[in-house]
Amino acid sequence: MASVAVVFFLIPLIGLLARAPWSDLGSLLSSEVVVDALVLSLVASIAAVVLSALLGVPMAWVLARVAFRGRAFVRGLVLLPLVLPPIVGGAALLFALGRRGVVGEPLYEATGLVLPFSIWGVIIAVTFVSMPFLIITVEAALRNVDQRYEGAAASLGASRWTVFRRVTLPMIGPSLLAGFVLTWARAIGEFGATVAFAGNLQGTTQTLPLAVFVSLESDRDTAIAISLLLVAVSLTVLIGLRDRWLSR
Amino acid sequence: MVVAAALIVASCGGADGETQIRVSAASSLIDVFADLEVAFEEANPGTDVVLNLAGSSLLREQIIAGAPVDIFASASVEIMKEVESAGFTEDEIGVFARNNIEIAVPPGNPAGITGLEDFDRDDLFLGLCAVAVPCGRLARQSLQMAGVEPLPDTNEPNVRSLLTKIEEGELDAGIVYATDVLAGDVDRIPIPSNVRLSATYPVAQIVESPNPAGGADFMVFMFTDEARRILLNHGFLSP
Repeated sequence: MASVAVVFFLIPLIGLLARAPWSDLGSLLSSEVVVDALVLSLVASIAAVVLSALLGVPMAWVLARVAFRGRAFVRGLVLLPLVLPPIVGGAALLFALGRRGVVGEPLYEATGLVLPFSIWGVIIAVTFVSMPFLIITVEAALRNVDQRYEGAAASLGASRWTVFRRVTLPMIGPSLLAGFVLTWARAIGEFGATVAFAGNLQGTTQTLPLAVFVSLESDRDTAIAISLLLVAVSLTVLIGLRDRWLSR
Repeated sequence: MVVAAALIVASCGGADGETQIRVSAASSLIDVFADLEVAFEEANPGTDVVLNLAGSSLLREQIIAGAPVDIFASASVEIMKEVESAGFTEDEIGVFARNNIEIAVPPGNPAGITGLEDFDRDDLFLGLCAVAVPCGRLARQSLQMAGVEPLPDTNEPNVRSLLTKIEEGELDAGIVYATDVLAGDVDRIPIPSNVRLSATYPVAQIVESPNPAGGADFMVFMFTDEARRILLNHGFLSP
């Protein structure tokens, strides 16, 4: 049965490799469409990791260490993007943060800022779907930390921030790193939320997955070349992680 | 094992032992084909028309990759010809409708759009369909004929997602079909007739399909008076 599982995942990869335009790969991957998409994907996915770190780590801390009423509900809420179909997430973001959105309209009237159809829209969309990965990884890691070490440090006179910085962080280090990588990988692969919220425009919002979708219908070789790039990058990342993200 | 068996049974026929007819149709046909489906099923009891709607270019890719489809209705003759040269269509391809392109704006036209010339304005949020989709190609041809170099903020994968963003007011204007303007909650800005291009909709049976007899019946139905009436009601033009 396990070998069936391996085959299940191997077959699409073989399909892709079989149709790959090997001789043209270099020129295809250096075309304007691909370079534009690559830059946007990198910018958005790295921004997603940064935002996820800034917002997600504190969230994970609260979920792991602070017992409060409604914690289960809050956890469910921040992990919702994990199960929500991305295109639904994108549509919801549009209705909330679009120019005529519930929050977006007042924002637009006050500041003139429009989030869709810009790189900010892409960043918000990919962060929305990827941050839960960081939250869930860090929360699990924090729960696994032996808090006696933190207690010891505190009793020796360390402030809470110092305890976090010098004791907790190094202990969850591997998991935190794994969480960042997972978040990044999810962000770079996002399609539905991006196309629904940010739109699709080369050089502004057309990330690698969107470029694949668009070329699939008109320039299949480019689509396959980009797909191979994404697969290569993702495999490298995931194999590099090895079993880091399974254990602490 | 039970799941596999269930899947096999399900793919053979529809619920209650109905025979399925699989129709791949362009996104702009979403509303009219819903009505055509009902009309066909009423006239042919025991049949179940299953609709697969997407941009014509994506449907072409699916068919060429071997998707089990009985009927293909495209918004572009070129795309149908590509499926034909790949050897996937039965001999007869018939044109069943045309559809003018239109400029659509949110209700009330908040940005004060007056025509195609507004499509190169940087200060507006404008949308077009992606180039690969017939609506996108026609829109760009029309703009080119009008001497306008468009600056869209998004190239939507299909005409209905473009329509939705215009309805929501997220876009100030976009170029969709006359039928979309009719069906959607949008206002229309007329395009001068000399640049108002139209999409031509061919329909064909696909070779080696799951239900060739059903497909043939559906092809005949597409050219009956009743089908014509339904198409005109939705805002399509006769071929």
